[in-house]
Amino acid sequence: MIGMDEKLSFFKDGVRLDGRRSDELRPIKIEVGVLARADGSCYMEMGDNRVIAAVYGPREVHPRHLQEVTRAIVRYRYNMASFSVEERKRPGPDRRSNEVSKVSREALEPVVLTSYFPKSVVDIFVEVLQADAGTRTAGINAASVALADAGIPMKSLISSCAAGKVDGEIVLDPMKIEDNLGEADVPIAMTPGGDITLLQMDGRLTKDELKRAVDLAKAGCRQIYEIQRKVLVDRYSHMEPEICDEAVAMAGEEI
Amino acid sequence: MSDVVMAEIRKDYLYHLVLKGERADGRRFDEYRDIVLETGLIRKADGSALVKLGKTQVMVGVKIQPGEPFSDTPNKGVIITNAELVPLASPSFEPGPPNEVGIELARVVDRGVRESGAIDLEALCITTGEKVWIIFIDVHILDDCGNLMDASSLGAIAALMTAKVPAAQYGLGEDYPLPVKDVPVATTAVEFGDAIIFDPDTDEESVADTKLTVITTADGSICGMQKSGPGSISQDAIHRIVDIACERAKEIREKFLEV
Repeated sequence: MIGMDEKLSFFKDGVRLDGRRSDELRPIKIEVGVLARADGSCYMEMGDNRVIAAVYGPREVHPRHLQEVTRAIVRYRYNMASFSVEERKRPGPDRRSNEVSKVSREALEPVVLTSYFPKSVVDIFVEVLQADAGTRTAGINAASVALADAGIPMKSLISSCAAGKVDGEIVLDPMKIEDNLGEADVPIAMTPGGDITLLQMDGRLTKDELKRAVDLAKAGCRQIYEIQRKVLVDRYSHMEPEICDEAVAMAGEEI
Repeated sequence: MSDVVMAEIRKDYLYHLVLKGERADGRRFDEYRDIVLETGLIRKADGSALVKLGKTQVMVGVKIQPGEPFSDTPNKGVIITNAELVPLASPSFEPGPPNEVGIELARVVDRGVRESGAIDLEALCITTGEKVWIIFIDVHILDDCGNLMDASSLGAIAALMTAKVPAAQYGLGEDYPLPVKDVPVATTAVEFGDAIIFDPDTDEESVADTKLTVITTADGSICGMQKSGPGSISQDAIHRIVDIACERAKEIREKFLEV
């Protein structure tokens, strides 16, 4: 571990410790439809993060009193495996994962066409298998693809990534050491149209730095969106065209 | 079903008011309800504050006790923030362990105190690796008439600023005031239509899909943010909210926290 008073440089020869430029994402890998039992699923790697998302539904709501008469409800469970972090994490939900679950659900709800399925539930389960800063954003990216894989009608995909501040500089997609020892972290999620559906911030930033951080994170989200889109197109482009057209028409009506 | 119908009627009403540049209680869009802050009401707590934000009432108590540090920060004190949405405060609160709304509230209050550096955690070390001061910040919601986030954050920093470290009780020298180095203030806004409305009451909260809380420090920088609620927000709105949030926070800080 690095001593507190020892100044660590996050940049070497103008690049970050893992060789990235300050506006560069970590390598991303997305696989769609990885689980047989789930209605939709997605495995995602973002740098050293490994997350897997499953979507079940629309299905009957249990317990029944949670039913909404006019729309489907969305549930999101973010869970970290006890082996996913350096020091073993006690299994089960804690306060952090409860909060992450809430904001992640709220990041996806704006695009899910819940009015199509009154009295039902769309369950999203995200398991973090390996964590290296940015698990909530990886989880949202994977969940968004899994929703599409499950055929849940949506206005659009959601893409998510963070910007941070290290050594006074705004950087995209901070990795663990940058997140732990950096000065700020701003995770966002957005629609391809630029509407922001997740925004959190901790650390310390001026107004101007915040603007640059949000701009940078948005640019990151756009890159992630292209990857998400490509994965889905590759997976489903062999489908009968009329089925695709029907789905597009259905989505178009609502918007 | 009647809830749904009422919600639609209320939404229409508030929406039309906003188009005319008005709010149901006559406030300007960026105007806070009256704030009343009283500290030191709870003798048994080491610091306490009652915040009234309009009709919203929040009591915050701070207890300070010696305890063991975390193994990865042996020379630092510990802050533990908790929020109770007790059923006396609202017909929609239920007894039981904190739900996600309570957890989010506590974590955003905690974020403001922690990230602003208001508490010098190293100054709370008694014996490295063995004994440090643990600060418990307990937020007790008494009456939920909207904007619990700002009321709770204000209560937390006010309680901390008036808290005494009870050293004598534990044979660790004389009691002394808890050193507080910064004054984080949270300001919350909602967006509906094209309007940005600060300090929303419960009706305004229920109409808007989404809230944004911005926590600023004494030097005008931002130390915490949280978007809350199942809606989206534009980047333009975010920056407009941040600009006004800095001004309102400065006023609250000067008026109520005397800095």
